Amino acid sequence: MFRFQSRQQQRLDDGGQINRLAPINFTFDGKKFIGFDGDTLASALLANGVRLVGRSFKYHRPRGIYSAGIEEPNALVALRSGDRHEPNTRATAIELFPGLEAKSQNRWPNLLLDYLQINNLLSPFLSAGFYYKTFMGLPGWHFYEYFIRKAAGMGDGTKFKDPDKYDKKHVHCDILIVGGGPTGISAAVTAGRAGARVILVDNHPKLGGQLNGERYFLDKKPAHHWVERCVEELDGLENVTIATRTSAFGYYDSDVVNAIESVSDHLPEPLDYQCRQRLWQIRAKKVILATGATERPIVFSNNDRPGIMLASAARRYVNQYAVKPGKKAVIFTNNDDGYKTAFDLARSGVEVVAVVDSRKNIPEHFEKELNEKDIEVIASSVVIDTYGYFGLNSVKIGTLSHDGKTIESNPYIVSADLLAVSGGWSPNVHLYCHSGGEPVYNDSIEAFVPGELSQNGHSAGASRGSFSLTDCLQEGHNIANTMAKALNLEVAEQIIPETNENTIVPIEALWRVPGKGKKFVDLQDDVTESDITLAHREGYVSVEHLKRYTTLGMGTDQGKTSNLNGQAIMAQEKSEPIEKIGTTTFRPPYTPIALGPLAGRDIGLSYKHTRRSAMHNWHKQNGAIFVEAGQWLRPQYYLNEMEQPSKENMDKAISREVQTVRTSVGLVDVSTLGKIDIQGKDSAEFLNRVYTNGWTKLPIGKARYGIMLREDGLVFDDGTTSRLDEFHYFMTTTTSNAAAVLSHMEYYLQVQWPELDVRVTSVTEQWAAMALAGPKSRNVLSKLLPTINVDNESFPFMGVREVDIEGVPARIFRISFSGELSYEINVPADFGEFIWQRILEVGKAHSIRPYGTEAMGIMRIEKGHVAGPELDGRTTAADLGLQKLLSTKKDFIGSKMMDREGLKDKNRPRLVGLVPVDKKSRVKSGAILVKDPTLAPPVPKLGHVSSSAYLSPTLGHPISLGFVSGDIIETTKKIWAVSPLHNENHELEITDPVFYDQKSERLHD
Amino acid sequence: MAKYSIFNIIKNAFNEDKNWARAWRDPEPKKSYDVIIIGAGGHGLASAFYLAKNHGIRNIAVLEKGYLGGGNTGRNTTIVRSNYMLDENAHFYEKSLQLWEQLSSELNYNVMFSQRGVLNLAHTDSQIDAITRRGNTMRLNGIDAELLDEKQIRKLMPYLDFSNDVRFPIKGGLLQRRGGTARHDAVAWGLARAADSLGVDIIQNCEVIGFEETGNKITVVKTSRGNFNCGKVGFAVAGNTGHLASLINLKLPIESHVLQAFVSEPLKPMIDHVVTFGAGHFYISQSDKGGLVFGGDIDMYNSYAQKGNLPLIEEVVTAGLAMIPSLSRLRITRHWGGVMDMSMDGSPIIGKSPIDNLYLNCGWCYGGFKATPGSGWVFAHTIANDEPHRLNKGLNLERFKKGRMVDERGAGPFPNRH
Amino acid sequence: MLIINCPLCGPRDHAEFTYVGDATKNRPENGDSSNDHAWYDFVYLRDNPKGLHEELWQHSFGCRCFVKVLRNTLTHEIIATGMPKDNLILKEKGLELSV
Repeated sequence: MFRFQSRQQQRLDDGGQINRLAPINFTFDGKKFIGFDGDTLASALLANGVRLVGRSFKYHRPRGIYSAGIEEPNALVALRSGDRHEPNTRATAIELFPGLEAKSQNRWPNLLLDYLQINNLLSPFLSAGFYYKTFMGLPGWHFYEYFIRKAAGMGDGTKFKDPDKYDKKHVHCDILIVGGGPTGISAAVTAGRAGARVILVDNHPKLGGQLNGERYFLDKKPAHHWVERCVEELDGLENVTIATRTSAFGYYDSDVVNAIESVSDHLPEPLDYQCRQRLWQIRAKKVILATGATERPIVFSNNDRPGIMLASAARRYVNQYAVKPGKKAVIFTNNDDGYKTAFDLARSGVEVVAVVDSRKNIPEHFEKELNEKDIEVIASSVVIDTYGYFGLNSVKIGTLSHDGKTIESNPYIVSADLLAVSGGWSPNVHLYCHSGGEPVYNDSIEAFVPGELSQNGHSAGASRGSFSLTDCLQEGHNIANTMAKALNLEVAEQIIPETNENTIVPIEALWRVPGKGKKFVDLQDDVTESDITLAHREGYVSVEHLKRYTTLGMGTDQGKTSNLNGQAIMAQEKSEPIEKIGTTTFRPPYTPIALGPLAGRDIGLSYKHTRRSAMHNWHKQNGAIFVEAGQWLRPQYYLNEMEQPSKENMDKAISREVQTVRTSVGLVDVSTLGKIDIQGKDSAEFLNRVYTNGWTKLPIGKARYGIMLREDGLVFDDGTTSRLDEFHYFMTTTTSNAAAVLSHMEYYLQVQWPELDVRVTSVTEQWAAMALAGPKSRNVLSKLLPTINVDNESFPFMGVREVDIEGVPARIFRISFSGELSYEINVPADFGEFIWQRILEVGKAHSIRPYGTEAMGIMRIEKGHVAGPELDGRTTAADLGLQKLLSTKKDFIGSKMMDREGLKDKNRPRLVGLVPVDKKSRVKSGAILVKDPTLAPPVPKLGHVSSSAYLSPTLGHPISLGFVSGDIIETTKKIWAVSPLHNENHELEITDPVFYDQKSERLHD
Repeated sequence: MAKYSIFNIIKNAFNEDKNWARAWRDPEPKKSYDVIIIGAGGHGLASAFYLAKNHGIRNIAVLEKGYLGGGNTGRNTTIVRSNYMLDENAHFYEKSLQLWEQLSSELNYNVMFSQRGVLNLAHTDSQIDAITRRGNTMRLNGIDAELLDEKQIRKLMPYLDFSNDVRFPIKGGLLQRRGGTARHDAVAWGLARAADSLGVDIIQNCEVIGFEETGNKITVVKTSRGNFNCGKVGFAVAGNTGHLASLINLKLPIESHVLQAFVSEPLKPMIDHVVTFGAGHFYISQSDKGGLVFGGDIDMYNSYAQKGNLPLIEEVVTAGLAMIPSLSRLRITRHWGGVMDMSMDGSPIIGKSPIDNLYLNCGWCYGGFKATPGSGWVFAHTIANDEPHRLNKGLNLERFKKGRMVDERGAGPFPNRH
Repeated sequence: MLIINCPLCGPRDHAEFTYVGDATKNRPENGDSSNDHAWYDFVYLRDNPKGLHEELWQHSFGCRCFVKVLRNTLTHEIIATGMPKDNLILKEKGLELSV
C-alpha cells in the first residue's frame, strides 16, 4: 500500500473520498501510473504530479487540468484504444478503472515536442477570422483547406465497429429532480416524503454535488453524514428512484427530459449482461432543475498555463480526492470563493503565498482564519501575468487603478506552481434554456439566471443564483412542497440542517486585467481578449456574431467557463450593460453525448425491420435470390439446384420463368401487396369517391381495376377491389403505398365524410397471396378444387370466389398482372406455405415453376402495365393512358384539380413502348430520350425510359416503357435514348406500350 | 472597403490588428428607399448586393429583425450542389453553383467554398434507376455527374458499411464533384460587407410590424425602428414568410417546419466528402474545424420554434450508424433547429406576388443555402425589371393554380413530405 | 417529444402519431368552376400561423384515430386535443355548445 502511495507524490496521507486500499493501474501517453478507487483520471494525474496533459486547439499551447468537472475546457484526452477508442474525453469526468489507457491529443510527434507550437509564434497573423481575409486566390481554397483541416480538429475518429451495446429506457414520474447536490437532495427528501413519484438524476457516481468538494458542516457534522442519511431514507422509499452516473442532457417539449446513464463507462469494459450506456426518456409532470453553478475564470495575460485552475477545482482536488494540485499557491479572486480555497489548501499543507483580491475590502469574517493560517491578502490587486512554459512557476501581481483600466504600483513577481482563480459563479441555466426559457442578468451575482418560468421546470438553488448552502437546502424543500401541493399531495416536513457557512459578501465584477500578452477567454478554442476587441472593431458585435466570428463558446464545453467573460468584455467595449448584450442560446446536449445510445439496438441488420412473406422459408430453401422491396424481401428469381449465382444464370433463370408462365403455368408470391378490408353499407359510395371509375354497379363476386388520384389530380395508386358481399369489399394496393392508401381512406372517413358508414382495416399480414398464372393455370386450379367448376363461364375474368382448398378457406380472384390467364389465391397467412406447396405439387404435371419479381416485371412490361416507376407521383391518368378510367358522371377525389391547364397540356410526356431499332441493345431505365444524341448541352429532353426489360423472352428482343412528349409522339416514330453516365446512345422505335396480346384475349380465355 | 489579403493581414498584425475597419456600417435608417428587402440573411443580402451591382440601384435597405445572417443562413448544414432533375430547378441551382465558384473573389471574403464532392448513395435497383435518370438529366443540362458502383465508392469512402451485417447494402451512388460545402456565416458577412460598400443600408434589430397600402401597392413598411416609404418591397425571410405574409393578408402555399442539424466534437479529418444515405434520412460532412455535421429530416409538424425534439435526432443518428457504424462512440456536442418554408411541391417560389410592388423569395424547403447567390441574382433581376429572370420563370407562385408544379419527389401537396 | 392527449387512448408520445396538417381547411363541395379558388385554397394555401394552430394528427401506431390538436407553433405547447369535429378554440374558452 505504501509502495503505491509513495509514487503519488501529491497525494495527502488522509482525508478525501478515495479508497487507499484499492490502487488502480493506468497509463497516460504510455507511461504507467497508479491512482485510487474514487479518483478521476484528472485527480490521479495530479496525484502523480502530471500537469501537462494536452495542447490547445489553435496555438498548440501546453495545457493542464483546469477544472474538476464536466466544464473542463483543456484536459481532453483519447480514452481507451482500438474499437473502444473515445477521442476528446474530459479527464475530469473519467472515473479511473483498472488498465485505463489515455493519450494526449492534438500534438505531433509528442506532447512535449509539438511541431505546431509554431502557431503560437505565428499567432499575430492568426487572429479571429483571419481565414476569411485570405486564401482566396490561386490555387484555390481546396488547396489551403487541406492543410487547415489537418491542423484543425482534435482527437482522431476510429474506423472500427463499436463492440458495445446501447439501450433505451422510458420512464414516467411526478417530479423529476435534475442534480443531486444539496438542493436536489433536499427536494427529493421532501417530495419523497410527500409521496410523489420522484426520479433524481445526477451525473456523478454518487450524490452530494458541491458538498463533496467542500468542507461544509451540516448540523455540526461533516456534510457527507447528512448526504448519507438522506440517501438511506430515499433508498427506502418505493416512490423514489435515484439514478447516478445519469446525465440529463436535454429538456424538450411537453416536459420530456432525456438523460444518458453511463452503465459501464467506469469499468474496463461492460460485463456480459451490460450495455455501455442507456438513453432515458423521462416524462415528468414537474421538473426541479437543481443543476448548480459553474465557476468562471478571470481573463489576464497567460492565464492558460498548466498549474492554473479554477479555485473551486483546487478545493475539490484537496477535499474530495486528497490531492494537492500544487505546492505553492496563489489565489486570485473577485469574490468570497477564493478564501474557501485558500483555507482548504492551507489546511492540507499547501503553502498559500497570497490571496489576491481585486476588491478593496476584505470580508471581515475571514480575518481570523487568515491570521490563524498566516495567509497574506493583497486587496485591490490582480494577477497581471504568469510564467513557466510547460507549467506555472511564478505569478506577477500588481495593484489595480480605481477605474480598473491600468496597473498602479510597481508589480512584483512571486513564485508559485498553482494559481487558483475565481471570477464568480454562473448558474447552470442550460436545461432551463432548452425548455424554452430566456435567462436574465442578475447584477448582484454578476451572472445570468433563469427568467420567467418555462414549461413546468422550476430552477432552485445555485442554478437560480442562490449560492448560500442554507438557501439551497431551503429552496429545494420549498419547491418540492409547492409541487406536491399542485399534484394534490400532502406537503411534507423537513428540518433543514444548520450550516457553518459565512455570509456571502457580494462579488465585484472583474472580467479582465489590463496588460500585454495572450489573455484567454475561451481556453478550448483559443479565443483571446484581443480576438473579442477585434470582433468589436470590425462590427461583429451581437453576441451571436461574436460567437461565430471568434468561435467563442463553440467548443465541446459550449463555453461553460468562457461565454460570460466574452460577453462582458464585448459589453465593456460597447460601453453597454451586459443585459443589453444578452447571451447566446444554449443548445442540447448539456454535455457531449455519444451517438450509440441514440440509436440503441436499431443497428446493423436491425436498422429497419425486415418483412417476410409466409412463404419466405420455402423460397429460401428453393433457390430464391431475394431483393429488397421497401422493407420486404421478395424472391427476385429462383436458381436451379445446380446453378451458382452469376449474371448468366440470373438471365437464364428469368427467361426460364417467363417462358414457363407464357407457355404453361407459374406461381408467384404477391403477399406484399397492400390488402385492405372494407365493410359498411356505404362502402360502394365510398369507393366511388376514392376511385376515379364507377363502383356502384359492381356485382357481388366480381373484381374491378381502379386508380386513385390525390386531391391535386395526379395519380396516387392503383389496384383491384373485389366485392365479396353486399357491404363487404376487399382492396389491394401497390406494395409501396399500402400504408399511405389506408391512411388516405381513414382520413376521408374520419375527417371529411364521417357520415359514411364504412370501416377500413389493413389485412396485409393476415393473408398470404400467390398468383397462379399461365395458360395451364386453370388445369392446376381445377385439380386443386375438384368439386368446383372453374371453366370460363362459371369463373370468368374478374370473377371472385370464396372457396375451400383442402380445408383451408381461400379467396380466389381471377385477375392478371402478367397478361395470362391467372388466379390470385389468398389464404390465411398461417396456411400460406402449405397451400403454396400444394399448388406446386398439383402443378407438377404441367411443369409448374415459381417465378420471382424479375419475371413478373418483364411480363408486366410486355403487357404495358404501369408500376412504381410510372406511378411516380408526377403523372396524370392521361399520361399513363388511363384516361378512360376517369368517370365523367361523378365527382371523385382529384376530379376537381385534374383539369388544371398544366395537367391537360398536350405536350406532357405520355406512356409509350420503346424498342431498340437494332432489336438488341439493352436500354437502361433512367436513360433520357432526345432527338439527336450528338447535341451539346443543354440538350432538350423529350422524355425518359422508365422501365426496361433487357430481353423479352416472349418477343425475343429488349423492350422498354417510357414517357415521350405528346407533340413528339404525334410527329415522329424514332427517338434516341442517351445515358451519358454510361456513354451509351441507342436509337429506339416508339410503339404502343402494350407489346403482348393487345386484345387481351389470353386473360379472357 | 479596405481589401482583404494576406499582405493586409501581415501589415495589420504589426499594429496589433488595431487598424481593421468595420466590415459593414451600422447606418441610421433613411426615410425612404427605392427598394426595401426584408430579411438580412444570405438571400436578402445577395439580392441587395446584385441589385446594387448588376442593376445600379443604390438606395436600398435590408431590414433584419435580429442580427444579420441569424436565421437559416447560420443554421444549415452548409451544403452546396446542383444535382436536380427537373429543369426549373436544375438550371437555377446550376447558375447558383457557378456563382459560388466565384463568390470569394467577387466579395473579397473567403466563404470557404470547398468543392469536395456530394455523393448520393443508392441501395436498391429502383434507386439506381432513379439516380441514373437524375444523373443523365444533369449531364444533358451541362451539369457534372458521375455514377459510381459499389467498388468505386468503397475506394473513395472506406468508412461506409460494406460488411454483411448491413440492412441495406450500398449498390451505387451519384457523385457531383463540383458540389461541396461553404462556411455559412462567412457568406452572410461577405455579402453584407460587399453590399454595404455599394451603399446598401443594412438595418439590424429592425422588425417589420406592418405595411401601409394604397391601391394594390405597398407604400410604407412599418418597423420597430420607424416607418419607411418604399418603391418596391422584397420578402427574403424564408421560415417566417407565412408570418410576414399574414401582416399583409397574403396566404401562401407554404408551411413552416423545423429542420434539425447537429455537430460532433472536432476530429481530425475523417470524412472528405458530403455523403447522403439512400435508405433513410441522413447526410454528413465534416467542417473545416473538424466537427462532423449531421442532417436529416424535418420534425414533421408546423413550427416556428428554432428547436426540435429528440425522436428525430434518434432517427437520424440511427440512419447514420447504419451508414457509418464507426461513428457510434463519437459524441454530439450541439443540436439546433432552423425554420423552413416548406412549399407545396418542394421547390422554391421566387417571383412576383399578387401585390404590384411586392416580390417573393420563399418556399426554399431544405434548399436555401445552396441557392444563396443564385437566388440573389434572379431576385434582383425580378425586382429591377418587374419580371422574372429566365431562370426563375418556372418557380412562380402561379404554378400551383395552373397545375405546373415542380415536384422533384412526386410527393404531392404535402409540405412535410418533400 | 410532444405528448399528445389522444381522446381515445390518453397521453401518448408524438412518435406514435403521424402529422396530417392544418385542421381548419374545409373541403369544398365538388362542383362547377365557380369554386375553383376554394379548391386551390383547400389544397394549397395555408394560414401557417405563428402561434395557435389547429391541426390534425393520426394516431397511426395506436387507435388510428384522427386527433385534432390545438398547439402553439412558437412554443410547441399543446393547449387542447379533441376529435376532428371539435372546435378546440371554443372548447378551451368553455364556449362550445354541448350537443
